Amino acid sequence: MAGRFGIHGGQYIPETLMNAVLELEEAYERYKNDQDFNRELTALLNDYAGRPSRLYFAGKMTEDLGGAKIYLKREDLNHTGAHKINNVLGQALLAKKMGKTRLIAETGAGQHGVATATAAALFGMECVVFMGEEDTKRQALNVYRMRLLGAEVVPVTTGTATLKDAVSEAMREWTRRVADTHYCLGSVMGPHPFPTIVRDFQAVISREIKEQLLEREGRLPDAVLACVGGGSNAIGSFYHFIDDPSVRLIGCEAAGRGVDTFETAATIATGRLGIFHGMKSYFCQDEFGQIAPVYSISAGLDYPGVGPEHAWLHDTGRAEYVPVTDEEAVNAFEYLARTEGIIPAIESAHAVAHAMKLAPTMGKDKLLVITVSGRGDKDCAAIARYRGEDLHE
Amino acid sequence: MNKISAAFQNGKAFIPFLTCGDPDLETTENCIRAMAEAGADLIELGIPFSDPTAEGPVIQEANLRALTGGVTTDKVFDFVRKLRRDVTVPLVFMTYANVIFSYGAERFIGTCGELGVDGLILPDLPFEEKGEFADVCRRHGVALISMIAPTSENRVARIAREAEGFIYLVSSLGVTGVRSEISTDLASIVKVIRENTDLPVAVGFGISTPAQAKTMAALSDGAIVGSAIVKLLAQYGREAPAYVGAYVRTMKNAVREA
Repeated sequence: MAGRFGIHGGQYIPETLMNAVLELEEAYERYKNDQDFNRELTALLNDYAGRPSRLYFAGKMTEDLGGAKIYLKREDLNHTGAHKINNVLGQALLAKKMGKTRLIAETGAGQHGVATATAAALFGMECVVFMGEEDTKRQALNVYRMRLLGAEVVPVTTGTATLKDAVSEAMREWTRRVADTHYCLGSVMGPHPFPTIVRDFQAVISREIKEQLLEREGRLPDAVLACVGGGSNAIGSFYHFIDDPSVRLIGCEAAGRGVDTFETAATIATGRLGIFHGMKSYFCQDEFGQIAPVYSISAGLDYPGVGPEHAWLHDTGRAEYVPVTDEEAVNAFEYLARTEGIIPAIESAHAVAHAMKLAPTMGKDKLLVITVSGRGDKDCAAIARYRGEDLHE
Repeated sequence: MNKISAAFQNGKAFIPFLTCGDPDLETTENCIRAMAEAGADLIELGIPFSDPTAEGPVIQEANLRALTGGVTTDKVFDFVRKLRRDVTVPLVFMTYANVIFSYGAERFIGTCGELGVDGLILPDLPFEEKGEFADVCRRHGVALISMIAPTSENRVARIAREAEGFIYLVSSLGVTGVRSEISTDLASIVKVIRENTDLPVAVGFGISTPAQAKTMAALSDGAIVGSAIVKLLAQYGREAPAYVGAYVRTMKNAVREA
């Protein structure tokens, strides 16, 4: 069946949007192997976004942890400071080919919103970003950044006023105005074909890791770690290793205050199968299927679901998913800053945190790659407050 | 003849909607009785969902009021079971796919069949995904109602041919909510539907005034109204049933003239 990953995925959306997603699928099928399209996209990724991103050997961290050799895939060095730009440039180019003149997007931490606003500025498109009101407060600087780039930012006050509500509101806006508008979804979620399109545009991460590590070490990594909210940087980091069974693929979910509390966003650890936001996958929900309010210190991982391909990789056992608490992520945020002079996004710090546990258990001849999906400037004020400092942006 | 087709036998149909448990189930019951009394031909009962992606602010807030009030799927079933002792008006549930999926399709739809709930309207279950529940619905005699939208275009005929119960024709783009004007060329969509099915067609989304209801019913077999009624509930709370009854009477009279 089209757009399924095992039992997951599908197109559970209002009829009003069906032709829009079918049109998108058709356009994507037409352009994904089109030479001109790919030449144009590669030029944008290289000249504008700064690809390929570095694969950096974290020597001090390796020495300090005393186990596996640790490499950092530096998506934080991309233009706009996160992996989100990879997908956005692809989708914006596709939207342009489809004759769309307006981009709408949801955003949690603001990284995807900033990336979309950036692409819209570059392509001369109109841009509206939906952001939970709670997140507009947590990430005020990113709100200003989006406005500076010419986007309209709509604070969403419904529900929990976080990422899931921003997705709902963007979907509602798309049903209102679909002819000239492309919904530039930021993660590997939502109705088919989004999980596939976003994965393909993010797969550049694992393609580069593979090439770069083969060049440096002459072999594949033993483990690849990435944080998982919806799961776009993780699927991008995993994709070209899925058929290499020797490579452990580890997704790090946001456990918030712990998976045994209600203040968590660890979907695979605590959720169950459901249908929401256009897809069948795992969701945090109550016994009657009401979507649970979730919590994480990281606005970008604060989502009650997970992309359908991750749900499938979990079902088949090909990838492992581990919960990482706020406290562990904040420790890792500080650790990477002090050890390597790299301030990771608090999202990415979840992957760093698990690597800190895993690396010492692995031999010195083993290779571990952590995707640093974004940079942490945006999080400094929040982490300072978490540590009890009275710092406001 | 099933109860849904019967609902379209009293001239053009008027189909009101409300969310179960908004603000409490006792008010819902009084509203349903008032609606039936005032001439509602079929009543759409919303089972609240935490994240109703096809709803505008008015019905979103109703969902929130109902959930805050403690309504659950089990409580809605108990409520309908009690109601069905003497209320015979055709009823359909309007909810989201996860409410059914999470409860278990067999258990949910089986209960609908047993309670005399005649159909299901699921705005996040398009034609491509109806296989999720269609067989179970058929086995329990519950119509899985298809929606057709202004953007359906080349899909209209296919959806109509496999439709059950009635066709829910979405009047305009966007989510539910009151609109001052509906400008979609519905007549041409209705024509394609008629060429492909004998099922009745009712128009919903955005209708609030008697004049709009009359126009929409003239184009089709009936009018569906949600947000305008939910607004009365938001305004009058437990006192709403009398206002809702009066409103439904006015609207039924309007569609009768269509």
